Amino acid sequence: MSDTLLKTVFGRLTWESFPIHEPILLTTFIVVSLLGLGIVGAVTKFRLWGYLWNEWFTSVDHKKIGIMYVILGVIMLLRGFSDALMMRAQQAVAFGANEGYLPAHHYDQIFTAHGTIMIFFVAIPLVVGIVNFVMPLQIGARDVAFPFLNNLSFWLTVAGAMLVMISLFVGEFARTGWLSYAPLAELAYSPDTGVDYYLWSLQIAGVGTTLSAINMVATIIKMRAPGMTMMKMPVFCWTALCSNVLAIAIFPALTAAFFLLMLDRYVGTNFFTNELGGAPMMYWNMVWIWGHPEVYVLVLPAFGIYSEITATFSGKPLFGYSSMVYATVVITILSYLVWLHHFFTMGAGPTVNSFFGIATMVISIPTGAKIFNWLFTMYKGDIRFELPMQWVVAFMLTFVVGGMTGVLLAIPPADFVFHNSLFLVAHFHNVIIGGVVFALFAGMTYWFPKAFGFKLDEFWGKVAFWGWVIGYWVAWTPIYVVGLMGEPRRVHHFDDTSIQPYFVIAAIGAVIILVGILGFVMSIVMGFVKRKQLADVTGDPWDGRTLEWSTSSPPPAYNFAITPVVHDLDAWYDMKVRGYERPASGFRPIHMPRNTGTGVILAGLALALGFGMVWYMWWLAALSFAGLLVVAVGHTFNFNRDYFIPADEVTRTESKRQHLLQAGA
Amino acid sequence: MSTEPYDAALHAYGDTHGHGSRLGYRIGSLLAIVLTVVPFWLVMSQPGPAPGWTAAAIFALALIQIVVHVVCFLHLDTRSEGGWTLLAFLFTAVIVIITIGGSVWVMFHLNTNMMPMPGGHMGPVR
Repeated sequence: MSDTLLKTVFGRLTWESFPIHEPILLTTFIVVSLLGLGIVGAVTKFRLWGYLWNEWFTSVDHKKIGIMYVILGVIMLLRGFSDALMMRAQQAVAFGANEGYLPAHHYDQIFTAHGTIMIFFVAIPLVVGIVNFVMPLQIGARDVAFPFLNNLSFWLTVAGAMLVMISLFVGEFARTGWLSYAPLAELAYSPDTGVDYYLWSLQIAGVGTTLSAINMVATIIKMRAPGMTMMKMPVFCWTALCSNVLAIAIFPALTAAFFLLMLDRYVGTNFFTNELGGAPMMYWNMVWIWGHPEVYVLVLPAFGIYSEITATFSGKPLFGYSSMVYATVVITILSYLVWLHHFFTMGAGPTVNSFFGIATMVISIPTGAKIFNWLFTMYKGDIRFELPMQWVVAFMLTFVVGGMTGVLLAIPPADFVFHNSLFLVAHFHNVIIGGVVFALFAGMTYWFPKAFGFKLDEFWGKVAFWGWVIGYWVAWTPIYVVGLMGEPRRVHHFDDTSIQPYFVIAAIGAVIILVGILGFVMSIVMGFVKRKQLADVTGDPWDGRTLEWSTSSPPPAYNFAITPVVHDLDAWYDMKVRGYERPASGFRPIHMPRNTGTGVILAGLALALGFGMVWYMWWLAALSFAGLLVVAVGHTFNFNRDYFIPADEVTRTESKRQHLLQAGA
Repeated sequence: MSTEPYDAALHAYGDTHGHGSRLGYRIGSLLAIVLTVVPFWLVMSQPGPAPGWTAAAIFALALIQIVVHVVCFLHLDTRSEGGWTLLAFLFTAVIVIITIGGSVWVMFHLNTNMMPMPGGHMGPVR
């Protein structure tokens, strides 16, 4: 075949694009493909494709979509964490004459992939997944406002994640840091596919995140159970509302910044280049207008999770509910006024720097108020120190330290010293692991019995807990220290051998965290093995206070046979106190949305579009874009979208549960 | 809103927006036309004392135009969707003002601590 034809068909994809000469990648590729083949083989052998397709992939049920989001997040956590282990191993050995085992260009890809994956494909899917699963149950709704959109959002996120994973074996990933800074990310300095993979995967996943945020806001505003006024809504729903409002407002800024960078790379504009009046600083500005509020998009629902758990396990209503709500709303607005603290050193004068420095310090006030609220909730409470509550206490001890180093970094003159040092890296890992990751594990442990009908295995849950908590401190305290000494971030080799012990300790810490991660996986496996023993027949295993505990575990497709009426803040606690009786009859047919495969198809086309654009296979990009339009418009003519669960079936399901409850009691 | 009993029909197809009156649309169209014609006239016949004044006037008219569209055509008032529409609009306005105003402030300030560049080039924003 001629060269032109090859170029037309495959764009810039050639045999050289496959990293067969890199032993590390080749081994990973072989292991991943064997695992993948094993899974595909098992699914085919047990004839599960039909089940998976009908019951899960095409499902519009918010509970199943939430669970799939969490599974995606956990899988990507394993990928992101293996990147972390590789970096820690490299930095533990690469001193003096030893260059370490990773070449610089590979190390750069790893830290970029680690940051990108951990934020976009671990933290966001886990937070969205938990909100998706819990929030509709807490407000007494039967599904989200736009069930199909929910399915589409999930699959678009998967498409983005798959594009990142493909970059591991076909071509390479970006080497430009997790926010792909211009002008380094411009074609002149990064001519290969890395940045294109980055941009397309995040643009596709970003559409999913934005649509999902719109969906959640509409659900919270329009679909609360009768009687649940805004100020009777569980704190987790408040934080989910504020987090998603933030997401709707900020993602357009990221999309626009990425879009302009794409134009620079594909059609030769000069928005962020060094030539012709381009402004690379504008890229930083736009990216951090997204980036800082994004921190709160993640941490606000985390605060919500802590609030729910603290109230439940202290056996008390949350202390200072309204101050908690106001603190959340204030953080929502304030988080918009601090983005410049990510680039104090870029050249702005004292007026601008002091404004953003003070705004950053002010944010610690509502956050501090929340910490006191949780402490006062525990004060004189009847505390049950079970696993979720342990995570909460570990969070408070860890997060406060991260908050204080944050206030330290908020002082512009101090920031001039710490900017781009490992001190900063230690700070944000302190708040993200201590704040968000601990909350996600607390939340997964807390709501796991609601989702699957049995609790997680307690012993392995404790292994996960201690692994993460001890591992965090061992891994990041030395990094704080070397950061304070002035070591910069994103460095793959050090000359000063006297600091090597710190990096060896940090690597040991990472291994302890690995024990925590494996412990979590084991707690699911052992929980499943012992599911009879750990079963939850009551639907209320922790003596909960909010509506999700009033239905069975796992909840039926319709969540609530009869929509609950809310009279009090802790609605389910209030119902229990007043001797609530489950209705045994009088059920009516329930109107439900129908499953559809359109979400999977659209996301598949989006993935093909992204891949085509990354490799300059214009025909593939054009075809899949046309396909996207046709399928999306075609779906609007699909009027077969809903069905009724007959009253008989509801009665059967509910009476079955009644028998279980009586047998259990 | 939330205190009313759950109503499937309302949730599926319901729309509590006002749909405005014929008069409202007439006033809106008229104002929109006037607010479009005036800027064109300002540019074409240059009646202002300086180009800066003309630009400021066009900017002001554009802001009024936004309000006219939002009130007359999008029916923004304190009642629609129980006040949520107005709240969302105000929130968006605040965010847009912070984003655009903040960016302009920040970007023009970035030259402050820059080293002087040869040929008077002081960073990309002119």
